[in-house]
Formats: sequence, C-alpha cells, structure tokens
Amino acid sequence: MKCDIVLAGVGGQGILTIAYLLDNAAVNKGLCFKQAEVHGMSQRGGAVYSHLRISDREILSDLVPEGQADMILAVEPLEVQRYLSYLNPNGVVVSNVEPYLNIPNYPAIEGVLGALVKLPKSVLVNAKGIANSAKLPRAENMAMVGAALPFLPFTMDDFEPIISEMFGRKGERVVSGNMEVIKAGYAVGALTAKLLEKGLTSEQANGLTKDLDPLEIEQLNVEELIAKIQ
Amino acid sequence: MSNRELLLGDDAVALAAIHSGISGAYAYPGTPSTEIFEFIQARAKEHGIQAFWSANEKVAYEEALGTSYVGKRAIVSMKHVGLNVAADPFVNSASTGVKGGLVVCVADDPGMHSSQNEQDSRVLARFAQIPCLEPANQQEAYDMTRYAFELSEQIRLPVMIRLVTRLAHSRSGVVTAPAVPQNEMNPVEESMQFTLVPSNARVLYRRLLEKQPTIIKCAEESKWNNLDLPETPSSIGIITNGIAYNYVRETFGGKVPHPVLRISQSPIPKQKIRNLLSMVDELWIVEEGFPEIEDLVRGVIEPAGKIIHGKLDGSLPRAGELTPGIVGKALLGSWPEGLAKTLDETPNRPPALCDGCAHTDTFALFRHALEPYEKQQGKRIRLYSDIGCYALAFYEPHDAIQTCVDMGASISMCAGASYVGQFPAICAIGDSTFAHSGMTSLLTASRQNANMVVVILDNGTVAMTGTQETLATGQDLVDMVLGLGVDKDHVRVINPVKSKYEENLAIIKEEIEYKGLSVIISKRPCVQWMRKSKS
Repeated sequence: MKCDIVLAGVGGQGILTIAYLLDNAAVNKGLCFKQAEVHGMSQRGGAVYSHLRISDREILSDLVPEGQADMILAVEPLEVQRYLSYLNPNGVVVSNVEPYLNIPNYPAIEGVLGALVKLPKSVLVNAKGIANSAKLPRAENMAMVGAALPFLPFTMDDFEPIISEMFGRKGERVVSGNMEVIKAGYAVGALTAKLLEKGLTSEQANGLTKDLDPLEIEQLNVEELIAKIQ
Repeated sequence: MSNRELLLGDDAVALAAIHSGISGAYAYPGTPSTEIFEFIQARAKEHGIQAFWSANEKVAYEEALGTSYVGKRAIVSMKHVGLNVAADPFVNSASTGVKGGLVVCVADDPGMHSSQNEQDSRVLARFAQIPCLEPANQQEAYDMTRYAFELSEQIRLPVMIRLVTRLAHSRSGVVTAPAVPQNEMNPVEESMQFTLVPSNARVLYRRLLEKQPTIIKCAEESKWNNLDLPETPSSIGIITNGIAYNYVRETFGGKVPHPVLRISQSPIPKQKIRNLLSMVDELWIVEEGFPEIEDLVRGVIEPAGKIIHGKLDGSLPRAGELTPGIVGKALLGSWPEGLAKTLDETPNRPPALCDGCAHTDTFALFRHALEPYEKQQGKRIRLYSDIGCYALAFYEPHDAIQTCVDMGASISMCAGASYVGQFPAICAIGDSTFAHSGMTSLLTASRQNANMVVVILDNGTVAMTGTQETLATGQDLVDMVLGLGVDKDHVRVINPVKSKYEENLAIIKEEIEYKGLSVIISKRPCVQWMRKSKS
C-alpha cells in the first residue's frame, strides 16, 4: 500500500493542519510516512504546498515523484493546476470550489472549475458552505480532508482522537463542530467516489453532487441519482 | 522500546543535541534552519540549557566556541549564507580546535526557496578542513548529530551537519536513544590553544594538518559512506550524497541494479571511490548541491577510460534542487509525465506583503516623497534594501527597491553610492537586520556624515522567519542610532499610519533635503506578530 498526496492551497488556508492530522493518523496506524513542507518567504500569501507520502513500506524520497501522486488535495481550486504534473493518470483531484482571490488576474471561476471536471477523476466540494453550516468558517480545510477520506487508508475512527487532541483546548463544541465538518465533507467525497466507480465522468458525477445538502446525502439512493442522467 | 517521535529534520538535529548533553544552543533565525534552535529553546529550561537568539551568526558561533572552551557541549545553527557571516570564527576554530563537543548545523537551500543563493556548505567544511555529515533522512539527522558530538570531542574539532531544505522541513518518525548528561566544567588549560598570535597559529595549524589522516580514516570507515553492491555486477556505478541517495534509490524502486557509493561523511573517502571506479566503466555522480564530489573525482586529468556523468557535463542540471523525477529521468532516460494542465493560463500567486503590513505604508510614503526628484531626473528612484519581508517591495504594485544582497548591505551600499554623488540616496533595513549587520555600516556612514537617508523599519520582531525576538527595537533602537553618532536632530521616528500621512511626508521630504546623514525610524508592529501574541 502506498498513498502519495500533494496538498495545495494559499498561505494561511490550513494546509499544514491537514498535514498534521494525516501525519498523526499514519503514525497511529504504524504506517511509514514523510511529509515535506515549505516555510519562510513563500508562505506570505503565496501558493503553498506540502508533499505527504504514506506507505506500509520504507519511504525513500521526501518529495512525491513527478507523475506518481495518487491524490491532489486542494483547499483552493486554481492551485490544482500547478501540481497536475505530479498526478498519476489514475489519481484523483479533491478540490474546494471556493476561490481565494488575492491576485488581480484570477481567471473566471466557472473556467477554473470547468477545467477540474475535465480531469479523469475529480471531486469538487463546497467546503465554504459546509464550514459555514457548522458555524466554523475557518474549517474549510477540515471539510476537504473529510472529502479526501474515502480515498485514504484511514477511517473516521482514526481521525476522531487526533481531532480531539488538536482542538481540545478550544472546547468540546469546536471538537464536535470539526468532526461534523469532516463528516459532511466525507459524505460528498464518498458519494462522488461511488458515482465515479459506476463509470460516470467527473463532469457527470460532480454535476449530480453539486447542489446536494451534505447532511441529506446518506438517505439518497445512488441508482436513482444516476438515473437522473440517463 | 525507544520512542518514535514525529520530527522535522531540523527537530531531529535539535533533539539529538539535547540528548547529547549540550549546555548551550546559539543561532540567528534563517530559513530553513530556524526550527533547530526553536525546538531546543522550547525545552531549554527543562534541560538546563542556555538558549537565546544571538545578534548574528558570527556572535552565535563565538558563543558556542566559548561554551566549548570551558569543556561543555554546544550546538550553533544557521542557514547556509549565515555561515558566510560566521566564516571568520568557523575557519579559525579549526586551528584552535575545541574542548567540549561543538556541532555547527548548517541548512542549505538548493532551489532558493527562501534565500539569495544556493551555496553548498560542504565546500566550506573542506575549506576549514573539518568533517561534514550529511543525513539522508530524519533518523540519520538524529543519529549523525549524536555521532557528531562524539567525533568532535574525539578529534577535538568542530563538526558540521549539513541539511538541505527538503530534509530540514520534512517530517517523519524518529527512534531516539538514551540521553547523556551534560559535561562538567573543564576549561582548556593551555593558554596558547586559543591564542592565534602568529607563533601559536603556526603550531596550531600544523596540529590541524596532523588531524587530517584521522578524519580521513573516519570517513573511509564511516557507515554512512556505504558501498551497496547489486546481486549481479554492472558496468555502471553511481556516487551520490545526502538526500540525492534517496532519489537514486527511488528511481529503481529501492533496489538499484548498479553499485552505489553514498558519501555522507567528508572528507571524501578516496579509497572507496577508487574501489568503485575499478569495478565500472561508466560513473554517474548524483549530488544535491554543488558538483563538489564530481569536481574532486574529475580533477584536472579525468580518470582514464571512464565515462563520467553529472552536473559538470550537463547530464544533471547545475542550478536548482534535484527531484526524484529529475534524477529518474537522467538515470533511466525517461520518467512518467503526470497529467497536463487543463486550464490555459494559471497565473502565478507570488508571496506578498500581508494585508495591513506597515512596510506597505512606509514604502508608499517614500514613493510619494520621491516623485519630484523622479520628475526632475526623468527616471524611477528606488531604495537600497536588505534581507527581510520588505524585500517583497521589489514586486508590483510597490516596485520600490533596487537591492537585496546580504544582511546590512542596504546601508553600506547606499553610503558608497552617496559618497560619489548619488542623490537622493535612501535605504531601508529592518530592526533585526540592523542589529545583525547594520550597526557597523551606520557607524561608518555617520563618521563620514554621508548625505543619505537610512530608513529603519521597526516592526518589533524578526518577521520573515516567523516572528522571533529582535534585539533592537523601540527606544533601545533610537538610543543605538544616537550612540553610533547620528545627529539627534536628524533621527526621526514616524508612525506610518494614514492619519499621520501628511506629517510623515513632510518629515521625509525634510530629511531627504538635509545635506548629511538622517535616520528615519518607521515604527509600527508586524501584523503577524500582533496576531500571534493575541492568540
């Protein structure tokens, strides 16, 4: 088993918090992992990334080899484009739909998202909506890690104790709120994964999940949903 | 079972230093080395370690040397260009030797993620004639640092640990070993050992030369200079170093079908290299950093009948950092491409000054004040600048600076330009950079009463590296400037806020027009620092 991930976003979006969660999940499961990040000048509002490698065998390079990543996990949709050369042809892109607008020449968001559903396997998530419903507007990164979970060698149970440890000092409500956000993200990720498995294209799958309320996804019948297309 | 801890490469060096019984840790912040000291500082009290930021790397190195002098162990850490600042004590400490173990950990930055060059510290270790160890992973960062302290006391020399960004800032599990207690106080007894007057220096330099066979023997026998042989012989051999070793192994899925000599302890083990060369016709030298080993292996007269590939024949790129793909493509001839972009244009998102940053307002004031001079001279006038966040004022929309060379150079370069007639001559430097290397420049400029304006951007912290403590801020900074001989009527403190815009602009115009040295301290706290101190 190996899972190579490129985490992408903009400085301040909580990329390293995602990395911290996944690092600890890997360690708790006795897996090998390496996680490379960049500090310093590049952090100031610029594009930031982290390479995270998880495996049941010894990991050699700290950097994910080009063309071999299994996932790009992006808290910002434009940022995905910078790292596509890392993704293997069967890899998945899990991306937020919410743009981070701090540059004057940001392309039209419709085009940015349209480019993502052209990819063989992509999962788009309204992380802002999920975070806002839980009244934790800064938890977009946690919605994203939840959406990525169906593609990771972990379960929700692996995350819970780490989330408790990470947010415990901020109180029980923040802990349960973050778990709620992760679960809502997970619902979207798991449904999209199922639709992709059934042979739908990224465009079709994300078209179907786009306007769903994450909290109602569990009650949905996947076959009926697919029938909407056919 | 020992503990398995989740550590950055930087943390692993720091924890090993603590476990090696250091009594002192000294540093100046610099990416990617900063976390080494921060890790120790956070645990200093608990372990009875003296740990505080020094004004610059030279000071830090000398403090570590003093701790060693009295028989105790010390670590000094810095980024690669910091070693240039500390080069004087570094090189001379090879002649004096050490008493307590002294480890200098230098973090290089191939690819220049957050630096002005990508110099390779191995070259400076060779220059000083001391051993250098290069871990390939976090575990080795721990193990090598433990060994480095032992080696340092055994051969009585400082020992260098060289990290690179990809290891310094990469996290993995590390298994630790039992800690040892700190050394007892046991100062050097010979008064000549650290007194490098020529008559002593000649004796001590010979002692350094006499130590060379020992450090060469250590390198020849080092387990980190390992020659891995494949099951079936191959006519191609590979020499590699540090983290490049990982990329070589990654290329072949862990099992390399060629003999591989990994060199992670210098001086280079010449006998091992000759052994490898005798087995193969073709040699690849894959190094992260300068082509240091390659240059030594090729020499002037290249080994006869051998084909050598590396950075010097263009088989690998000379500039930038290596990646698994670059190494894989070079060794295999091809490497998977990954997916192509699906968006026609992906605009860059460069780092920028933060929203609400005081520097933005200070530079706006100067841009405004310079307008009439620009009109008169028919060209843009920019500031001499320095190392720090404010170097981002190079980019649009600021376009306000024209230099960023080394710590403190803003003041001295500006002075040099003003002496020969440039007007207006203005420079900008941060409070911490001023304490690091600006004071001696300002003293010189004040003795000449250079016709220039020095702007000290006092944001109260070392912002770029993560808001560490600064040694020169507030009234202390004003007093330091006055103490360096600047006329008190031309030492002005402004608060660059919108409500004081006109007042500040008038002060700046006045000081530009004043025919002599002015210092304007623009004082407003860093927003990142404010945010951190609130949480």
